[in-house]
Amino acid sequence: MSWDFAILILSGLPWTIVVTIGAFAMGLILGAPLCAMHISRNPILHFLALAIIIFLRSIPPIVWVFLLFFGLGSGFISIGAIPATIIALGVVTAANMAEIYRGSLSSIHAGQWEAISALGLPPVSSFKDIILPQLFRVTLPSAASYLIGLFKDSAIASTVGVMDIAFLANFVARKSFDGLTPFAFAAVLYILISIPIALVARIADARLRQKVAQ
Amino acid sequence: MSDILSFWGTYLPQILDGLGISLKVTGASLAIGIPAGLALALMVQAKSRFLRWFCLAVVEIGRGAPALILLQFAYFGLPNVGVSLTSFAAAVAALSWSTAAYTSEIIRAGLQAVPRGQIEASDALGLSFADQLRFVLVPQGLRVAAPALLGFAVLMLQASSLAFTIALPELLSQAYIIGTTTFRYMPILCLAGLLYACICIPATLLVGWFERRLARHA
Repeated sequence: MSWDFAILILSGLPWTIVVTIGAFAMGLILGAPLCAMHISRNPILHFLALAIIIFLRSIPPIVWVFLLFFGLGSGFISIGAIPATIIALGVVTAANMAEIYRGSLSSIHAGQWEAISALGLPPVSSFKDIILPQLFRVTLPSAASYLIGLFKDSAIASTVGVMDIAFLANFVARKSFDGLTPFAFAAVLYILISIPIALVARIADARLRQKVAQ
Repeated sequence: MSDILSFWGTYLPQILDGLGISLKVTGASLAIGIPAGLALALMVQAKSRFLRWFCLAVVEIGRGAPALILLQFAYFGLPNVGVSLTSFAAAVAALSWSTAAYTSEIIRAGLQAVPRGQIEASDALGLSFADQLRFVLVPQGLRVAAPALLGFAVLMLQASSLAFTIALPELLSQAYIIGTTTFRYMPILCLAGLLYACICIPATLLVGWFERRLARHA
């Protein structure tokens, strides 16, 4: 495999990033109402959220991508490969984020809520100023490791023709009659990019921890 | 609606064949991958530096590279060095690697949860290293790791759908093939999704139940 091929595979990186960030942003946002429904006292909302979460998590992401791209695409709504992948991975991420949010909420000490009501603080601003900063700190490590997993799962986009790293590795493998180097190169690329994400998350986590420790 | 049901009825045998292959790939990958994961978990603590680094590399590549790339590497890449695998063997090889890498971390955490006193006691009793592993560390460590391992098994069944890319006729491939011949992608992909859900939902609930039960006895 020559350098040209390496650069060609590398040129898939923007689409890999677009799919990952798009799906992650969608999951971060949609995960919040889903979590709120799940912890709601209203039994209908609770079970609805439970059903949505378990369904989204029990069907493989690639099947969701196919359902949107081929399923909806065949005579229902025409949808591009990139939006289809982002939405499919996004809703699966939302279900997982809802679970992560719920875990973080339950890790917040009950005394915090009691103190808020004992002091008679207004609910909205106290959630924003007291609960949310703590929530952010607890959520960060699990969200970061989910992001790394999602980054690798974004390779699924290649199956519907998004020209990401995995797609171009496959393309180069076919073109050069060498299956070994392109895929090894792609694997190394995925690993190398995961490292800084993990590093940034770890540093941010350590900084946030330091703030609370005092 | 009855139209869709009769469509499902016609293609159900083919879809179930696919499900069978998905389950076989998953089962084989777990049967090879989990013992390999146990071996890796023990070997990353080995005294030999070479062995330690080698195992660490196996684990980090298996966890760091997307399963999709590992699958294509095994199927399209290995023939270049003279190892031609069938799509089934390639899928099992790649998913076993991934399983071994992930489960080694789960099992390592389980082994570390065994109280130090247990190891000290078995040392004091003069158990050989092998017996210490066999009777003390592994049974207790695996019990702690069991819910996480089961949860991972569910994820592995989902990951087996990625073998679509190496033309393994598993559940998703069968659904896709039926879709291309009939142009009715939506109902057949829904059926495939439902079948995955039929297995994964009870399995997930079982894992939750198992976790609560173990927590009660802890």
